[in-house]
Amino acid sequence: MPRLNWERVVSILLIAPAVIAIAVFVYGFIGWTAYASLTKWDQLLPDFTLIGFSNYQKLFDSSTLQGQRFQIDLRNTVTFTLLFLIACLVIGFLLALLLDQRIRGEGIFRSIYLFPMSISFIVTGVVWRWLLNPGGVELGSTGVNLLFDMLGLGFLKTGWYTDPKIGIMAVAIAATWQMSGYTMAMYLAGLRAIPYELREAARVDGASELQIVRRIILPLLQPVTLSAVIVLGHISLKIYDLIVAMTGPGIGFATDVPAYFMWDTTFRGNHFSRGAAIAIILLVMVAVLIVPYLVHSIRTEAEL
Amino acid sequence: MTTQTRELRRSIKPPFRWQRVVLYAVLVAFAVLYLMPVYVLVVTGMKSFAEVSLYRMWDPPSGLHFDSYAKAWFGSEAEGFRGLNVNFMNSVYLTIPATILSAMWGSINGYILAKWKFRGSNVLFPLLLFGMFIPYQSILIPLVQTLQKINIFGVRLYGSIPGLILAHVIYGIPITTLIFRNYYANVPTELIEASRIDGANIFGIYRHVLFPLSLPGFVVVMIWQFTSIWNDFLFAATITSNPEAQPITVGLNNLAGSYIVEWNVQMAGSLIAALPTLLVYIFLGRFFMRGLMAGSLKG
Repeated sequence: MPRLNWERVVSILLIAPAVIAIAVFVYGFIGWTAYASLTKWDQLLPDFTLIGFSNYQKLFDSSTLQGQRFQIDLRNTVTFTLLFLIACLVIGFLLALLLDQRIRGEGIFRSIYLFPMSISFIVTGVVWRWLLNPGGVELGSTGVNLLFDMLGLGFLKTGWYTDPKIGIMAVAIAATWQMSGYTMAMYLAGLRAIPYELREAARVDGASELQIVRRIILPLLQPVTLSAVIVLGHISLKIYDLIVAMTGPGIGFATDVPAYFMWDTTFRGNHFSRGAAIAIILLVMVAVLIVPYLVHSIRTEAEL
Repeated sequence: MTTQTRELRRSIKPPFRWQRVVLYAVLVAFAVLYLMPVYVLVVTGMKSFAEVSLYRMWDPPSGLHFDSYAKAWFGSEAEGFRGLNVNFMNSVYLTIPATILSAMWGSINGYILAKWKFRGSNVLFPLLLFGMFIPYQSILIPLVQTLQKINIFGVRLYGSIPGLILAHVIYGIPITTLIFRNYYANVPTELIEASRIDGANIFGIYRHVLFPLSLPGFVVVMIWQFTSIWNDFLFAATITSNPEAQPITVGLNNLAGSYIVEWNVQMAGSLIAALPTLLVYIFLGRFFMRGLMAGSLKG
C-alpha cells in the first residue's frame, strides 16, 4: 500500500462532502422511504409502527380502491411509455436521417426541433391543454380540432384528453413534441460518426437507400437507440409535471400515473405509508431499467 | 481533397431535384408542427381582451396588445389572482445561487474523481450517478421531514427558497460531477505532471492548470443546472407550500389551474415562464447540446 501522504488525505476530504450528501440524501432517504412503506403511517403525524407488506398488498389488490387506481396507473404507464418511446424514436430517427442529407439551413431546422427541450413540462402542459381542448358540440371546436376543421380534416377530430379511452395518448403527444428533438440530436450525432465511405461503398455495390438504412445505418446506431430508450424510458416512468399541468388524473383516472398517485395520496391525502410504497415500486421500475445500463456504460468506458 | 476523391464525389449521383423538394417539404412541415404551439402562445398573448376567443385561436392578432402579459405579470386584484412577478423573482433568487453552488461543487468532485483516483472510486462513481436517475418521489417524504426539522439561524428550510436551493444543489451532485469528471479526464496528464515538477500541490494543480481550462465545462454545467432548476416543479411544489416563496413553475400551474384566469393570460404567463430558458437555449444552444449528451452518459 502506498504511503499515506497529506495530498491523498486532502483529496479524500474534498470528495467526502459529496459522498456523504449522496449517502444520506439518496441512499439514506431511499432506505427511510422503504421503511416508511412498511409502517401504518396514515395521517400527518408519523407513525412508524411496522405492519409488513400490507401497503404493497393493497396496491395490487383490485378489491381495494387504491388497488384499482394503481392498476389503471400501471396500464397508463405502459401505454404512455410505448407510445412516447416509439413516437420519439421514429420521428427522431427520420428527422436525423433527413437532416443528414447536406441540408441548407440545417442548424435552423435542428434548433426548431430541439427547442421544446429547454421548456418546462409545466409550460408544455398548459399550452397543450389548450391546443388539445376539443371544444364543445354546440359551441364548436377549439384548438387542434378547430385546425382540422379549417383544413377540411374534420374526420380526424377527437376528444383528446377528455376521452377516457385515449386520454393518455394526448399526453404522449405533448411529451413527444417536447422530447423527440432529443432523439433527433442523438441520432444525428450517431450518423455523423458513421464514416461516409461505408455508405458510399454500399451505394457503389448497388445497394438501395432503404437497404443502406436497414443493413448499415440502423445496426450501427443500435447503441444510440439503446441510450435513447433508457433515457426516454426513465423520463416516461417518472412523468409527473406534464400530467399535473395538462390533465390531472382525469375522469376515471384515465390520465393518472404512479408518480401522480404517489404525490396525491401522500401530500394531499396524508397516506404517507401508501405513498412511500408507490415511490418504492416506482424506484424499482426505474432501477430495473437504469442499473444494467449504468453498469454496462461504466464497464465499456473502462478504467475510469 | 485529392483529385481522386473529388472524382468520386462528383461521380456520386446527385439526388433528383424533386427528391430534394420533398426532403425540404418534409423538414418544413415538421418545423411548422414544432412551432405551432409557439405560434398560439405568442399570438394569443398579443391579442386584445376583446378579440380573445377559443374559437378564433388560430387567427392572427389585430395589433400588438400587451395587456395579457401585464395581467399575467401583475395579477389582478379585482379578479383576485396573483401575478407571476413574485414567482419569477423567486425563481431568479433560487436558480442563480443554486446553479453557481452546484457548478463549483461539481468541479471539485470532478477534479478528484478524474485526477485523484483512490481505491473504490470506480465503485463510488456509478453509485453517485444512480442518484440522477432515481424518481425523486422515493426521497420526497424524508426530504420534507428533514427540511421541516432544520432551522439554521432562524432560516427555516421547509417552505423557503434556501430549502429549495439545498435540494437542488444536493440532487445536482451526480450530473455536475459527471460532466466535470468527463471534462477533466480529457486534460492530458502531462500538463499535471509538468506542474507537479514545478512544485504545485493538489490545490495548485487545480488553481493553475485545471480551473483556467474549465470555462467550457462551467458553461455546460451551469446551463444544464439553470435549465433544470428553473423548470423544476416537483421539488418546488413539495417544498414551498407558502405562496410567497413559490417559484415560477408553481405560480404558473396555480394560474393555469384557476378558473377565473382567462386563457390568454395563461398563455402570456407560459411565455414569461419559458422565456429565460428559451433565451439561454437560443444564445447558448451549442453548450445546451453538450449537456444533453452528457445527460445520456456519453460525455
